[in-house]
Amino acid sequence: MSEVSAIERPEEKRDEVESAVVRFAGDSGDGMQLTGTQFTLTAALAGNDLATFPDFPAEIRAPAGTTFGVSAFQINFGARRIMTSGDSLDVLVVMNPAALITNLSDVKPGGIVIADTGAFTSRNLTKAGYESNPLETDEELEKYRLIQIDMSRLTVESVKEFGLSNKEALRSKNMWALGLVYWMYGRPRKASIDWLNAKFSNQPEIAAANIAALNAGHAFGETAEMPAEIGGYNIPAAEIEPGLYRTVTGTESVALGLLAGTQLANVGLTFCSYPITPASALLHQLAAMKEFGVITFQAEDEIAAVCAALGASYGGSLGITSSSGPGIALKMEAIGLAIAIELPLIIVNSQRAGPSTGMPTKTEQSDLYQAVFGRNADAPMPVISVSTSTDGFDVAVEAVRLATKFMTPVMLLTDGYLANASEPWLIPDISEYDSFETSFRTDPKNFEPFSRNPETLSRPWVKPGTPKLAHRIGGIERSDGSGHISYDPENHQKMTDLRAQKIDNIANYIPEQEIEQGKTNGDLVVVGWGSTYGPISRAVSNMRIEGLDVAHIHLRYIWPLPKNLEGLLSSFGKILVPEMNNGQLVTLLRSQFLLPAKGYNKVNGKPFLIKELEGAIRSELDK
Amino acid sequence: MNIQKSPDKLTAKDYATDQEVRWCPGCGDYAILKAVQRTLAELQVDPDQTVFVSGIGCAARFPYYMETYGFHTIHGRSPAIATGVKLANPDLDVWVVGGDGDMLSIGGNHTMHALRRNVDLNVLLFNNEIYGLTKGQYSPTSQTGTQSPSTPYGSVDLPVSAAQFALGAGGKFIARSADILQKHLPVVLKRAYENHGTSFIEIMQNCIVYNDAVFSHFTEKSVAADMQIHVEHGQPLIFGSDLDKGLRLKKDALELEIVTVGKNGVSEADILNHDEKNRPLAMLLASMKPPEFPIALGVIYCDPSPTYDKAVYDQVESVKTKNGPGNFNKLLRRGHTWEV
Repeated sequence: MSEVSAIERPEEKRDEVESAVVRFAGDSGDGMQLTGTQFTLTAALAGNDLATFPDFPAEIRAPAGTTFGVSAFQINFGARRIMTSGDSLDVLVVMNPAALITNLSDVKPGGIVIADTGAFTSRNLTKAGYESNPLETDEELEKYRLIQIDMSRLTVESVKEFGLSNKEALRSKNMWALGLVYWMYGRPRKASIDWLNAKFSNQPEIAAANIAALNAGHAFGETAEMPAEIGGYNIPAAEIEPGLYRTVTGTESVALGLLAGTQLANVGLTFCSYPITPASALLHQLAAMKEFGVITFQAEDEIAAVCAALGASYGGSLGITSSSGPGIALKMEAIGLAIAIELPLIIVNSQRAGPSTGMPTKTEQSDLYQAVFGRNADAPMPVISVSTSTDGFDVAVEAVRLATKFMTPVMLLTDGYLANASEPWLIPDISEYDSFETSFRTDPKNFEPFSRNPETLSRPWVKPGTPKLAHRIGGIERSDGSGHISYDPENHQKMTDLRAQKIDNIANYIPEQEIEQGKTNGDLVVVGWGSTYGPISRAVSNMRIEGLDVAHIHLRYIWPLPKNLEGLLSSFGKILVPEMNNGQLVTLLRSQFLLPAKGYNKVNGKPFLIKELEGAIRSELDK
Repeated sequence: MNIQKSPDKLTAKDYATDQEVRWCPGCGDYAILKAVQRTLAELQVDPDQTVFVSGIGCAARFPYYMETYGFHTIHGRSPAIATGVKLANPDLDVWVVGGDGDMLSIGGNHTMHALRRNVDLNVLLFNNEIYGLTKGQYSPTSQTGTQSPSTPYGSVDLPVSAAQFALGAGGKFIARSADILQKHLPVVLKRAYENHGTSFIEIMQNCIVYNDAVFSHFTEKSVAADMQIHVEHGQPLIFGSDLDKGLRLKKDALELEIVTVGKNGVSEADILNHDEKNRPLAMLLASMKPPEFPIALGVIYCDPSPTYDKAVYDQVESVKTKNGPGNFNKLLRRGHTWEV
């Protein structure tokens, strides 16, 4: 555990490993998210499959050195298919004592901990709650392979020639750490050097300093006398379907999918939103797509955002709004209006830990009730959910299809984990997607605003400005057909029934539920939805390798449920529903199908670990 | 509905629907509806290019009675919904109709933001200083002391002034009229229609059931001439049954005072001319309250500036020009990509 010094040594043969989990952790000001993003890019360019987990505090600049100011970025990358960001860490890089104390327990026994000793000052130790320097005294650390390097000092030395202040120089220490980890996994630095040059094109001395730090960290790995067993690793490329790839977060894939959907529907996109964590990035993404004619509107509040989106849909464009749980609650009255007047609208809900403000930057999937049931009166609407960062594209396209075909608001559920987590994406070719052109009503003959397509039960969509189709609609109950105000009791019964039938009928226009893994019957089926896809998938496959009779079903369609789902679930002995909430889908399934589904629930703001799910599957089958 | 329109000139009747109007007999809303229909006929506005958006309240039933496109929405949100309509379909003429509760209480925030953005909307605020549809509770414009079911001993809070609020929110067109002023109201409506941006009109409207005669102190024939001043751009601010009273700035204070031409050496030249581009003057005029001062009616402020909706589309066009029209497959492949 002694301090490592830089002494020349010969390049050793690298150990080949199948996958590795690395986490960079430091102060929010240490640039950990950028470091992780760069490492991700380089892993992707090396042909690895990967999954990431950015985890940062809600405070923008929490006081330096505190535990609540720790920001971390985790990546699992490998030569095999990667399903999650990883249960436990092979390598933890900590830039200060607070990062050590908050992250150490996630490291595998025998895993590598790289600590910047330069940041383990008495002041930082106190802030983190250490009474003495754990690098010197903590027996707990003996479980791990601890590498102590004064990264702070080495960084300052490496950028000396650029004449930066000590404080400015230290800003490059994340690149020094990145350089070292690049060396550990035999990664080229070119992509990050190109990125630094582009990012700091207006400040060439800052670019040069960062590149110098990156190179110095890398050179340190090459020359330092590291503990014998840390000779560097090689993770070969994964077997991945050939094609052109990029990385994508769940937010990016949803943004691209919404644009793709409106192009396939040949309808305008008017996106109206109000900033909220973790949903704001969707507004940022779409605001940068103006060359496609995308209109974005940052409204004065959540209510104005959904109302403007609905107004846009009334005006003949597709109105889309987005938020997270608390904001969605504010939008509900307007969503009820959209259901009543039967106009298309998409509401993207990036779920976060709640209730109320809860933990804004931490993930949860606890808005299923709100999505399916959270409105006054009988107000059904379709709810669909995103399972992986890349899945957002197809789910968003589907949201546009359902909203425009069935003249209904659609809620698209994603979550804080998916919003920020990235994975490689085989870039689709939009020309291979079937278009679903929107048909606006233009024929005045026998026009009635609440007449219905006999198959879909949808009413016509009329763009104001269309000659001879002027009509009035509103939130007061509308007469079937004419849409005139009606307080007729029979009419209200009929319209309520029609609104429900229209949504139920969507089950005939969505794919039947498929099984992700396993047989169509057996001892146990694990039913998931949303971002639990990765851990459930890996846990089920591990358990199947062990010989357990378990299958995995993952729902995209939450409401209406696929029409074959009841039959599928009935053919299993037991049904286990893991959710990052206190049991919401499980209630829905039990109430809809009267089946004895059981929940497995967790709400600590973090995704499921594979081992947690393996344990749940085992214990369910042991009973 | 869908009455076949003749190619000839449209009349006020052509803007009326076949729906039975359901306001209380004697409600000021009837007169406003009539004035709007007459004005649209006078302007020969295309009903198919016109949308009336409303929130909730008595006034908000307005769209059902207009043979145009109409959208009766939810309480307070009509300015936000109308903003969306205009963003999606900027060629439309969009009118927003609501009461004092709808637009200044539950929806005050949206009214403020429509005004400061200067979205191209015509906003008609029917101010009757009471909640009518919920049966007579006091409203944010009710005078202090208003007795109502929710304030049986009189309201204790101070009212908001609609026109001053609109000016404060950065509105570029602020006007005021009254339901019974059937000659004056269409003139103001026409100015609002011609202005691009948020044209805000406060229409003093009598609620015959819950707040009858609340404006009689300036609408009654006997007092109207002395308690109303009809402001016109470039014209002297003169009023009174003998047209001998006028407004001028006090010498030592930023305040208006009433003077009489021919008395105390006051001549017509001393009377202030109305300048509708002068915001501080507009604020002084908007704040005048009878009986100390006449109420200012007409276009109090009009200083057009670019509209929000136009700026949004101009920006889209400039990005298209700069980046070229969007190519989706290219967008998907932007940034770092790699071949496997």
